[in-house]
Amino acid sequence: MEDLLLMDTVERYVKGEMDAVERTNFEDLRKNNPAIDQSVVEHIYFLNEIEKYGRTKRLKHTLNETFLTLTDQGIIKTNSLEGKAIVVYLWNRYKKTIGVAASIAIIVSIVCASIISIFSPGKQNNIKPLVEKLKEQDDKYKKLEKQIGQLNEINQQSEKPRLESKFRATGFMIDVNNNFIVTNAHVLNEATHQLIIENNKGEQFKAEPVYVNPDNDLAILRIIDNDFKKLPPIPYSIKKTNASLGEQVFILGYPKQEVVYGEGYISAENGYKMDTIYCQLSTLANEGNSGSPVINKNGELVGVVSSMEANSEGVVYAIKSSNIYSALNQIKKIKENESIKITSKPSLKNCDRVSQIKKVEDYVFMIKGN
Amino acid sequence: MNIPGQDKILLDGLAKQDSIAIESLYRLNFQMVQNLILNNKGNSEDAADIFQEAMIVLYEKSIHPDFILHCQIKTYLYSVCRRLWLKKLEKQKRIVIHTNEFDQVISVEEDLEKHEITTSNFKIMENALSKVGEPCKGILEAFYINKKQMQEIATLFKYTNADNAKTQKYKCLTRLKKLFFAEYKNL
Repeated sequence: MEDLLLMDTVERYVKGEMDAVERTNFEDLRKNNPAIDQSVVEHIYFLNEIEKYGRTKRLKHTLNETFLTLTDQGIIKTNSLEGKAIVVYLWNRYKKTIGVAASIAIIVSIVCASIISIFSPGKQNNIKPLVEKLKEQDDKYKKLEKQIGQLNEINQQSEKPRLESKFRATGFMIDVNNNFIVTNAHVLNEATHQLIIENNKGEQFKAEPVYVNPDNDLAILRIIDNDFKKLPPIPYSIKKTNASLGEQVFILGYPKQEVVYGEGYISAENGYKMDTIYCQLSTLANEGNSGSPVINKNGELVGVVSSMEANSEGVVYAIKSSNIYSALNQIKKIKENESIKITSKPSLKNCDRVSQIKKVEDYVFMIKGN
Repeated sequence: MNIPGQDKILLDGLAKQDSIAIESLYRLNFQMVQNLILNNKGNSEDAADIFQEAMIVLYEKSIHPDFILHCQIKTYLYSVCRRLWLKKLEKQKRIVIHTNEFDQVISVEEDLEKHEITTSNFKIMENALSKVGEPCKGILEAFYINKKQMQEIATLFKYTNADNAKTQKYKCLTRLKKLFFAEYKNL
C-alpha cells in the first residue's frame, strides 16, 4: 500500500496539485531519503513515458482520421500522380523496357513461355511425382527380385503368377469393409493393363480404381481379390482439419522393395506455388513414396505424399487429408449402399513410435501394375 | 507561395493536435510525398505510412519548448520522408532513389535519431499495455491516454466509488511499470 500512496503523491506532485506546505515537506522527504527519491525519479520518468505514449497514440488516431476523411472527400487521391511527376514516374517505370529490341524480346519470350506452358504438364514443372518407374538400370535388382519372387512362389502353395510390374508406388487402407486404398491419381497413369497391390509379406492382390481425381491427385482403389483376408480395424484416423505448422510426422512407403520409414515435420501450410490442396513437409522421400501416408504422433493421418521439389532436397508435398473426405463423399454419391467406416479414435495414440509403425505397416501397400 | 507566419500557425496547431492544422498539413504536403514514394517503387499505402511517421516526427519537434524550424514545413517533411523511405529501401536492398535534382533537402538525421528512441519506447509501452490485461488496460488507457476523470472511470468500470477505482488504477500501474521496465532494461 505504501507504494500506492507514493504513486499518488508523486502524481499530485507532478500535476502541481499540492499546496506549498505539502510540497516543501515532500521535497524535504526526497532530500533526506535517497531510496524514496530514487523511486520518485523512476516514477516521474515512467509517467512521462505514459504521457508521451498517450500523446503519440492520440496523434496517430487524428492523423488516420484526417487521412481517411480527406481520401473519402477526394481531396487526397491515392495512387495518382500529378503534373510532371507522371512523366517521371512512367519513365522510371518503363525506361528499361522502352525500345524496339526490348519489345521484340518480350514478344518472343511470351510466345516461348506460352509454348512451354502448353506443352509442359502444368504446375508440375519443378516438382516431380514420386512413382518409381522401374527402369532398365534396375535390371540386376529386378532379376534378383524375380528370383526371390520365384523362391517365394515355390514356398507358397498358391500358384498365382507374379506380376511383371512397370512401376512401384505406395497406398494405404482407409476402410476395411470395402478394402478401400488411397493412393495418388498420377500413379494410375502408369497402369494401363493391370493394377496390383502388394503387402509387406510379398502377397499380391488384384485391385481396381473406384475414384480418380487428377485435380487433387487422389485415387481410391478397391481390392477385388477374393484371397484377400479382411484386416482388423484401422489403427489411424483421418484428420479433417489441416495439420499444424511444425507438427512432427512420419511417413511409411515403398521407395524400395521393403517398407521404409521416414520422419519429418510440416514445414508449410500450403504446397508448391501456394497450392492449398497440398501442404509441405520437410522429410526425405524417393520415387516410390507416392501415396505414402503422413501420420502425426496422435495417430491421425494428415496427408498423402504426392511429389517433391526436384531442385531442393527434403521438400516434399503431401495432399491434405481433408481431400480424402471429399473423395469419399463422391464415392458415397455414386454408390449409395456402401457402408464406409473411417476410424474415429486412432488406436495409435499414446503408443511409442516403434509399435505405431508395427501397427500401421500392415495397412500400407505397394501399388504395382503394368 | 508560402505566406510568412502560416507555417508558424500550422506548427502551433500541430503541437496542440488541432485537427484543422493537421488537415491543412495533409492538404499541402501529402501529394508531394506520395509522388516521391510512387516514383521510388512504393505504393500509396507506403506513402500514407511514411507521411504519417513524418508528421509524428514534426509533432515531436513542435512540442519542444525551444523549437525553431529553420526551413519551410514542406522542405522539412520532404526531407524526413525521403530519409525514412531511403532507409526502408535500403532494408529491401533497393538503394537507388529518384528525386528531382532541384529538390531542397535538409539534414534530418538528428531528429530521426530522437524519433527512433521515441518509437522504441512507444512500442515497449504498447507491448506492456497489451500484456497487462483487462480491466487494467482499459482503466489505464481511460486515465492516462483519454484523460478521463476518476469518477467517470469508476462508473464506466463499475466501481462503487472513485477511490476504489483509484486504488485499482495504482495497482494496475504498478504492474504496467514492472512490465515496462522489464523490457526497457533488456534493451
